[in-house]
Amino acid sequence: MKLDPKTPAGPLADKWNNHKAKLRLVNPANRRKYHIIVVGSGLAGSASAASFAEMGYEVSCFCYQDSPRRAHSIAAQGGINAAKNYQNDGDSVRRLFQDTIKGGDYRAREANVYRLAQVSANIIDQCVAQGVPFAREYGGLLANRSFGGAQVSRTFYARGQTGQQLLLGAYSALSRQIGLGAVKMYTRHEMLDLVLVDGKAKGIVTRDLVTGAVESWSADVVVVCTGGYGNVFYLSTNAQGCNVTATFRAHRRGAGFANPCYTQIHPTCIPVHGEDQSKLTLMSESLRNDGRVWVPKNAADCAKPAADIPEEARDYFLERKYPSYGNLAPRDIASRAAKEVCDEGRGVGQLVDGKRLGVYLDFSAAIKRLGEAEIRARYGNLFDMYENITGENAYKQPMRIFPAVHYTMGGLWVDYNLQSNIPGLFVGGEANFSDHGANRLGASALMQGLADGYFVLPYTVTDYLAGEKPGSRPSKDAPEFQAALKDVNDRVAKLLSINGTKSPRHYHKALGKITWEKCGMARDKASLEGAIRDLQALRDDFWKNVKVVGSGDALAPELERAGRVADFLDFGIMMCLDALTREESCGGHFRTEHQDAGEAKRDDAQYAHAAVWQWTGDGQLPARHTEPLVYEETQLSTRSYK
Amino acid sequence: MVQENGKETTLALKLRVWRQRRGQPGAFEEHALAAVPTSASFLEMMDMLNEQLIKQGKDTFAFDHDCREGICGMCSMTINGMPHGPLPGVTTCQLHMRNFRDGETITVEPWRARAFPVIKDLAVDRSAFDKVIQSGGFITVRTGSAPEANNIPVPKPVADEAMDAAECIGCGACVASCKNGSAMLFVGAKINHLNILPQGQAERDRRTLAMVKTMDEAGFGNCTNYGECQAHCPKSITLDVIAKLNRDYLRARVKEFFSSTGKPSKGGD
Repeated sequence: MKLDPKTPAGPLADKWNNHKAKLRLVNPANRRKYHIIVVGSGLAGSASAASFAEMGYEVSCFCYQDSPRRAHSIAAQGGINAAKNYQNDGDSVRRLFQDTIKGGDYRAREANVYRLAQVSANIIDQCVAQGVPFAREYGGLLANRSFGGAQVSRTFYARGQTGQQLLLGAYSALSRQIGLGAVKMYTRHEMLDLVLVDGKAKGIVTRDLVTGAVESWSADVVVVCTGGYGNVFYLSTNAQGCNVTATFRAHRRGAGFANPCYTQIHPTCIPVHGEDQSKLTLMSESLRNDGRVWVPKNAADCAKPAADIPEEARDYFLERKYPSYGNLAPRDIASRAAKEVCDEGRGVGQLVDGKRLGVYLDFSAAIKRLGEAEIRARYGNLFDMYENITGENAYKQPMRIFPAVHYTMGGLWVDYNLQSNIPGLFVGGEANFSDHGANRLGASALMQGLADGYFVLPYTVTDYLAGEKPGSRPSKDAPEFQAALKDVNDRVAKLLSINGTKSPRHYHKALGKITWEKCGMARDKASLEGAIRDLQALRDDFWKNVKVVGSGDALAPELERAGRVADFLDFGIMMCLDALTREESCGGHFRTEHQDAGEAKRDDAQYAHAAVWQWTGDGQLPARHTEPLVYEETQLSTRSYK
Repeated sequence: MVQENGKETTLALKLRVWRQRRGQPGAFEEHALAAVPTSASFLEMMDMLNEQLIKQGKDTFAFDHDCREGICGMCSMTINGMPHGPLPGVTTCQLHMRNFRDGETITVEPWRARAFPVIKDLAVDRSAFDKVIQSGGFITVRTGSAPEANNIPVPKPVADEAMDAAECIGCGACVASCKNGSAMLFVGAKINHLNILPQGQAERDRRTLAMVKTMDEAGFGNCTNYGECQAHCPKSITLDVIAKLNRDYLRARVKEFFSSTGKPSKGGD
């Protein structure tokens, strides 16, 4: 597998501008002769599809939801980072870059991260012009707040629903192009295969979820922005439909999958309440600005109401362990600290399976300092959401929180142009691997999705198209399309025909139990080896005993889930294998064998690389390749938030 | 084992759930469901019902849902006659079973509106909303052409009012709750969000006329001020967005009339 990152030469600060100046262009009259397929309509998908159409390309956009506005970018709460330095607190592009690359524990590609910081300011301009109602000060200018992993206030926000507002902005731009006829939008369509012709990505196969029709689509280039794979853990903060299928199908066709073991566990989620739970709900990280995290010092106090535990018997463990960042320590560190105190038996909340898995997030000090009205103004919707789910009033008693799977830093391998190792297959947003390393900082996912969609892909995809002859895309009658169509139809028929005894959800739950327990917040060699064996056995059982009700010619949610779970099973094995072969700890990847008293211990000599996996066939383990991470201007240091 | 307030609480329920294939008439089916934990969400209860149906070898009920945290707007069930159920200000996915009683009969239906045809069981087609947005629910700004963000000051009260309207999640409960099947709360929220911002002024009249025209063509009914939409909106959007929509529509029509060239209007200003 050839992995050329194509990082431009020159000083970090000049790379992107120099590179842009060299990228080829397509003459406006020729642009309409190219057909671009965009899969996914979240921030990266909507933003890029709208931008391509504005440029004059013919665009088709696909999403599995009933409207492009519902993609899961919508659920991001807290905010979006940008190096505007409106707060005059010393922020700059260089500092946002440094925070992001340090936050990623030095496992991201330096040049990509610098570009992300550079274009961050343009994103805010674009969104404001679209009418995104960011929070403002009385003077009418934009407000900011601080977020984990940074010592400046650079986060722009729209109440507790920044993701919805940014997505509505991108969706409105996309909608305008749909109305103009420049984008053809296919909702309730799921991508089930990638079509390669002469080694280049030239189309996809989809299933219409309403009619069951399986169809192929030919294009000059395919852009996949289909999000992350957090649902491999079953319980996560992801939407129910989030899946790995599009990226995994591309992987099966030859695309390298990078760093699947880098998964982010978010520290502030509502704890698990029972066996029938389908979803974990995130409480925005912004709550840590005013909430203090604690557990009782003595395990004996854990069953008591919080109010009965006196101040001196409380352990504010983040403030104690990380005095300079305190409750705003980065996500991986805050999550691990919470797990640690719960493992010590000091967790709080209701017993689920004999354990108390929760820590307090306490607003009493902030309410005393600022008043309940101010806290309500800042976080009212989050407190309401908490009460809906738990039946508890967080103005009167502390919230209970516990870490949950939230985001996945790994994804399809891409070069500096966001092109995978398959020519003509571009990957944007959470679906690619490049910018967050082994841990993502808060308010950086929205930034990356929009950076890719608005400000990177339009340039780099154009450069690729300039090398393709206009009108040269293959016909859908080509044998490659026929073969892919047959593969998908066969697979759907197989899933419907097994007619076993266990539901797709049964397998999804079993899969999640294995991955969360053995490849979750802490991992070790023996448990990962065990996980791979368990997953292989579960996969074999799935293909013998799954029962998929419904029919192939109508809305069939069980069939959709079965297909996604089948891919998650293969993917889970690869994720565990990646965790097993990365013999170090970094960011969200914590191998208990490699630590300094609970802190992640990196091994830069051996593992300063991206691990890229190649599909080798059904039932086979994938092959590992590496892309060395070259740091030209960054000193690799031990990440400290103490 | 689930505990709530120290003790386990579960419900036994009788469910009347709508079953329908696309283009065919539908009917209610009755099912009993035992041991539903009160800590479960309404959709988790529906998951339990579906798992029970799979065990019985029957087809599951199709329903729309995705984020399950009240923001994507995809979930859409009429519960005991009320879109999103009995609680104010929440979506179906955020409704929890502690709001129901042991032994209760719960009726679950899809959104009922002419403009939202049933796709299967509880899932409906809401693409009419997308069409309204496509006709004018945007501010035209090409990627890369935006001015520096702080060059456009927006007074905080205006930004807050725009944000109040922008909270709309496009779920369609307003339409489903309205006797007339009117989409005025949705369209009012969308128009209000963009029309009061300084960035939205250039296309204000054009946007209003185009969106109202598309709304009418999509088969939504007229507003007769029942106010059911406000009562069932999970984001608590208020009726004043409809008043402002009417104001902006009148304003645009009057301006159109006085600037008329005698040629037929194309829905613009």
